[in-house]
Amino acid sequence: MSLNLERNSKWMEGSGPQADIVISSRIRLARNLKGLPFPNLMNSDQQARVVSQVSRAIQAPMVFQAVGELKLQPLRELAPVERQILVEKHLISPDLAAGGGEKAVVLRDDEAVSIMVNEEDHLRLQCLLPAMMLHEAWRLADAADDALENELDFAFDQERGYLTACPTNVGTGLRASTMLHLPALVLTRQAGPVLSALTKVGVAVRGLYGEGTEAQGNIFQVSNQITLGRSEEEIINNLSAVTVRLADQEREARELLRRQSRWQLEDRVGRAYGVLTNARILSSQEALQLLSDVRLGVEMKIIRGLDQRLLNQLMVRIQPAFLQFSAGKEMTPMERDVHRAAMVRELLAG
Amino acid sequence: MLCERCQERPASVHVTRIINGEKTELYLCQECARELQPQLNFSIPQFLAGLLDYDPELEVKAPPAVERCPECGLTYEQFHETGRLGCPECYHHLAPRLDPLIRRIQGSSQHRGKVPRRAGGNLRLRREIENLRARLQQLVQQEEFEKAAQVRDRIRDLEGRLEKGESSQ
Ligand SMILES: [Zn+2]
Ligand SMILES: [Zn+2]
Repeated sequence: MSLNLERNSKWMEGSGPQADIVISSRIRLARNLKGLPFPNLMNSDQQARVVSQVSRAIQAPMVFQAVGELKLQPLRELAPVERQILVEKHLISPDLAAGGGEKAVVLRDDEAVSIMVNEEDHLRLQCLLPAMMLHEAWRLADAADDALENELDFAFDQERGYLTACPTNVGTGLRASTMLHLPALVLTRQAGPVLSALTKVGVAVRGLYGEGTEAQGNIFQVSNQITLGRSEEEIINNLSAVTVRLADQEREARELLRRQSRWQLEDRVGRAYGVLTNARILSSQEALQLLSDVRLGVEMKIIRGLDQRLLNQLMVRIQPAFLQFSAGKEMTPMERDVHRAAMVRELLAG
Repeated sequence: MLCERCQERPASVHVTRIINGEKTELYLCQECARELQPQLNFSIPQFLAGLLDYDPELEVKAPPAVERCPECGLTYEQFHETGRLGCPECYHHLAPRLDPLIRRIQGSSQHRGKVPRRAGGNLRLRREIENLRARLQQLVQQEEFEKAAQVRDRIRDLEGRLEKGESSQ
């Protein structure tokens, strides 16, 4: 297997515009091939045909010129724990990881470009970059899409745009999203009203691992709801504006905390750091909450000498699949919690 | 089935016209039916009064609904249950019931984003405009002004789209 699951993804770098609040920026394009049913109605022959067409397309010189070398990994060659790691790194969806059939993931070495093959749509091209880099991610995705389109015949209609398995994606097929760390809005109890107001401007809010998940560790994902009737630029500009506005509100809330509850804030951050560097048993839930507090401390310069790259890596490494994979064995929940605590101590000690 | 007037949108209205005892059937899309409504009632009788013995008996009823995509076999009900379409062709064949839903969730039904180069968006539009211009001239020569006006509107619409497409690239 050519896949290096333990390497760090580009999005974990932790530097770039608005990196004090915006963790990552993602562009996803849904594309389907003409003349074939959508994945939910395909037989395994047809699924295999899509995989082989994509496999051929990514080897085209034009694709290489546009985005560099891409490698295809059939999902069935991966153990469940390995698939789960790809989910934990935000490279594939839980849907692609689960279930059988001929599915694949295409990855660039830095994992900034990936393609899910035979998920809900034949292709889901994703570009995932650190911090507030939505426009950069779009330029990358657009270039990759152009190059792939040169090799593949995408289902397209002048009126309805790119045709997708679900009408919620039809048109541009574009889902743009940003991942934000909003602990101060949560602490000051503004997160609920602020985030629910977003649905009125066509923005959806979700937890860390997508639809239907809790906002663990105060991390929220915001994305566009509408994909038809607006240009890609308009959608991305709108989401960028919303993201920047949210980041501003979070900064205001942080300043409010600093002014009104400085000692409580510093105490909270310091205690979280103390627990993370000393605990012998850590659940992933507790670890995520403590990491959020430490991250807030780093972002507000209460803690120095820790960088966000490490915090992003920790966020991924404390997840169950990653933990078991790096330990090289399956573990009971208690063993996992002990191993997690040891790993966090070690990494934070540098 | 496509609208017999514009040959573009899916037909969703079935119009039966009985002229001089002879029955003509027309399958139209919503838009064309709406546009033709006054014509079917008033202008056509006026238009044809001198030529034909016109019986303005009009029957407008719901179309024989195309409920199953002939390409993949998916029914609208199946789509309704799963929220997933079966194939790209479903968008055409299930359009009468799908399009209102799309408009509701998307707030729009007209793609304004990227056009794949392979589909030759601009090229195809240009070609269509050229064809329509030729047809327009023909119609004007034949003094079919009403039809000519329709073709002219269609050309304007396409030219507008061409401009938008070019500025967004
Ligand atoms: Zn029509
Ligand atoms: Zn179909």
